[in-house]
Amino acid sequence: MAEYLIKNGFVFDPVLGIKGDAADIAIKDGKIVETSAVKNPKVIDAAGKTVMAGGVDVHAHVAGPKVNIGRNFRPEDKLFGYKPKNGIERMQGGFSVPTTIRTGYDYARMGYTTVMEAAMPPLYARHTHEEMRDTPILDQGAYPVFGNNWFVLEYLKNHEIENTAAYIAWLLRATKGYAVKVVNPGGTEAWAWGLNCENIHDPVPYFDITPAQIVKGLIEANEYLGLPHSMHIHANNLGTPGNYQTTLDTFKLSEGIKPNSKFGRDQVMHHTHVQFHSYGGEGFNFESKAPEIMDYVNTHDNITIDLGCVTLDETTTMTADGPFEHHLTELNHLKWANADVELETAAGVVPFVYSANNKANAVQWCIGLELALLAKDFTRVFLTTDHPNAGPFIRYPRIMKWLMSEEARKQQFDAFKHKDKVIDATNLAGIDRELDLYEIAQMTRAGPAKSLGLAHMYGGLAPGLEADVAVFDFNPNEPYAPDDIEKAFSNAEHLFKAGVQVVRDHNIASNGNKRTLWVNAKVNENPQVMRDVKEKFLRYYTVTLNNYEVTGHYLPNPYVIEVDATQ
Amino acid sequence: MTKTVTDVICPFCGTLCDDLEVVVSDDGKELFEVYNACAIGAEKFLHSQAKDRITRPRMRQEDGSWKEISYDEAIEYTARMLADAKKPLMYGWSSTNCEAQAVGSEIGEAVGAVMDNTATVCHGTSLIAVQDIGIPSCTLGEVKNRADRILFWGCNPAHAHPRHMSRYSIFPRGFFTGKGHAGRKMIVVDPRPTDTASLADIHLQIEQGHDYELLDALRVAFKGEQLPDFVGGIPKAKIYEVAETLKSGRFAIIFFGMGVTQSIGKNHNIDAAIAVTRDLNEYTKAAIMPMRGHYNVTGSGQVWGWLFGFPYAVDLSRGFARYNPGETTSNDLLRRDEVDAVFVLGSDPGAHFPFSSVKKIYNLPSVAIDPHETPTTEVCKVHVPVAFVGVEVGGCAYRMDNVPIETRKVVEAPEGMMTDEEFLSRVLARVKEIKGV
Repeated sequence: MAEYLIKNGFVFDPVLGIKGDAADIAIKDGKIVETSAVKNPKVIDAAGKTVMAGGVDVHAHVAGPKVNIGRNFRPEDKLFGYKPKNGIERMQGGFSVPTTIRTGYDYARMGYTTVMEAAMPPLYARHTHEEMRDTPILDQGAYPVFGNNWFVLEYLKNHEIENTAAYIAWLLRATKGYAVKVVNPGGTEAWAWGLNCENIHDPVPYFDITPAQIVKGLIEANEYLGLPHSMHIHANNLGTPGNYQTTLDTFKLSEGIKPNSKFGRDQVMHHTHVQFHSYGGEGFNFESKAPEIMDYVNTHDNITIDLGCVTLDETTTMTADGPFEHHLTELNHLKWANADVELETAAGVVPFVYSANNKANAVQWCIGLELALLAKDFTRVFLTTDHPNAGPFIRYPRIMKWLMSEEARKQQFDAFKHKDKVIDATNLAGIDRELDLYEIAQMTRAGPAKSLGLAHMYGGLAPGLEADVAVFDFNPNEPYAPDDIEKAFSNAEHLFKAGVQVVRDHNIASNGNKRTLWVNAKVNENPQVMRDVKEKFLRYYTVTLNNYEVTGHYLPNPYVIEVDATQ
Repeated sequence: MTKTVTDVICPFCGTLCDDLEVVVSDDGKELFEVYNACAIGAEKFLHSQAKDRITRPRMRQEDGSWKEISYDEAIEYTARMLADAKKPLMYGWSSTNCEAQAVGSEIGEAVGAVMDNTATVCHGTSLIAVQDIGIPSCTLGEVKNRADRILFWGCNPAHAHPRHMSRYSIFPRGFFTGKGHAGRKMIVVDPRPTDTASLADIHLQIEQGHDYELLDALRVAFKGEQLPDFVGGIPKAKIYEVAETLKSGRFAIIFFGMGVTQSIGKNHNIDAAIAVTRDLNEYTKAAIMPMRGHYNVTGSGQVWGWLFGFPYAVDLSRGFARYNPGETTSNDLLRRDEVDAVFVLGSDPGAHFPFSSVKKIYNLPSVAIDPHETPTTEVCKVHVPVAFVGVEVGGCAYRMDNVPIETRKVVEAPEGMMTDEEFLSRVLARVKEIKGV
């Protein structure tokens, strides 16, 4: 493999603690090495430019059945933006739900190299893996959903942690999944009857278990196994005014639980797209409760969160929170797809237009940014849009602009139709904080990598890590306009993925050598769980047990993370 | 001696049964018996053993007779035909695996083809309706475990999806449906007294072509508003009764077929049916599902969805993907003379397209990839026989509820035969050479 030396860039790297000093980064055999270890490298002159590790996205909906529903039922999402094939670049379409090819390329153009698919219905795992296989460049993993799974509901009703853990290990192996995802615990099972669970003590119909029991039990099972990532939750009551109380109640379920993982993470709960969960007031008097939420997050270091920033675009919402999507279609009267999955989960998809003319949408925009600007520890607060729910991932650089520039935020406030009402309902206008690139690197690189238990591979530029390196045409030491930030970080000048140059002079130079990460957790033999699995497949599933496991060519380039929980 | 292969997936219809058992010879070269399959599915397996099966590509001669050619020659002809064409049509893709669909899509991208699948004459109208109004749906296991109101509209699973009712919709005892069919109310809407209708609790023998009116009448009845005395030949009392039956269920499901997708009204019928389902969700839980025909027509829509963003009628001829049913659909293209070569894989347009379209195929450079001799192979210039997917080679297929299942190889293909994917991969490589990519 070629050796590279990236010379004299302004390096922002939380792992090495470099805050914009000029430094050289050397690449050899797919890894970052000491500069003395390369003999005859190709030299990239990065003088006057910004150098960071490849970005890591902890939560995005980029592959799988509901994503493809979004693509197929929205031909209008492909209007105007289709990019023809060009050399090694295949054709690319879609704005809020891009094709897999565009997904890979657009992330690369932003300097991202690792992206986690946030919700994989286990029965549809093959589909998710097929899409990830056809997404170039990126290393990816997918989180199977557990929060409404009948096995989990039945075990946790009696607080059977060991059985839950054995089932999780089995399902991660069967679906080649990466982490334990929970979406609207209990509420999605209730949705199979058209109902919901509206707070953490609202019992699940028939199963007679509460969301609180599910969440706490899954955290415990996750720590019993010692998985790389913590339990990753989208709590009950998403999107409802006044829901911040449910969010705080959910946070509190992690209290007193310590991480048990050799992968270096400190959290036992990752709460995703917190923007959607930080609402106060009721009905039209909906307001920001970001300060209350961040007070809790800042003082409890066993939690990480990601933002879920609204970007004020037309987009496509999609979530395993079936009842929420039904609520949304009642609200905006746009087309609605729903896909309930036997014994496991559900999903809904509804297009949505976030408008600067709409007070509620503007308040949501403020809340997402407030969460970041009120944060104390950026290694625990990550930049996302819950792509494509609050906005497409290609807007990350725009969010960086808003976070880094008070002037940019002012410009947006001035564009709001109901500016004064929005300012009244939120706190953002009173915050003058501007983040720097070091904090952005924490939020988009080192932080998510650590939270995923992948700090030994991604998120930094220390020798020994994967050679995922991005060079941006941005000089932080020269005066710049806010829009320069967005422009530079939307369009990396160079990007290396595992030592392969995938972007050269702003152009896609290689389709890379993508890997699929999954977690193989070994547990003691558990005859009861295996008996339950056999019985459920025999009686209630519509595929046989022998046709369930994902194997072989669905993961042409797997990267297996072994976990031993047999003690 | 023989051995039995279990958990075999049936590559016939969209029901995609995965519980077949197949008895094969010890060396895996002969297939003897098929258990658990319906008559059609069993025949699909057994037909692979036909002694008169064609095992080598053939090219049509001037005098109309066939001449056997090698796979290499067939690959060369196909690659040249596609590369030289300005706008080739690559049609079919429904009776093959997703792996072959993905390679075929790459060829289509390289040569600027129009990619279309059998939905174009089947559930394409449903796909358009979904783009209008969405679709509340579910997996077939949800139907088995929860549904107590089953409505078949314009479809006849007793013959077209023979194990659908026993595996998923009417007879199985699921988690919340322990009484099996006794706990379910079955409604059939069909102008014909079909075998499916004969099992129904209520058969609405609608006048042909009045589906849209009857669907709208149901929406009126849900709200308790006034109806005329008859809608589509059904007395209003009956319509109110059906509306009440659906509303009073815990979980209602509508299955619909070609009787509504390809009769007058087309996609508008499906709009109305989905609106009925949306309305029902105000009162109870309801879902709707198209009865997809070929075992992997759903998969081709998925593959093109993630590669191009559209489920069928994808025109790649301008270097990017366009979708405009009516313009980029196979029959419209053929009849307007807009394509200059035809490639068919995994379907039989010769049997199912209008004769005016079939004549156009006959007059164009054309290749048919198909294990069988079909009306399509009869009108094409080259016929390339391949291994049966799901019998002689595995690969992914999507059930009518979009659940992907890996089909199995149970028996060896006749010596020297290629699979769809192998053939397409060779064509792709050759196309790239010709195009200098």
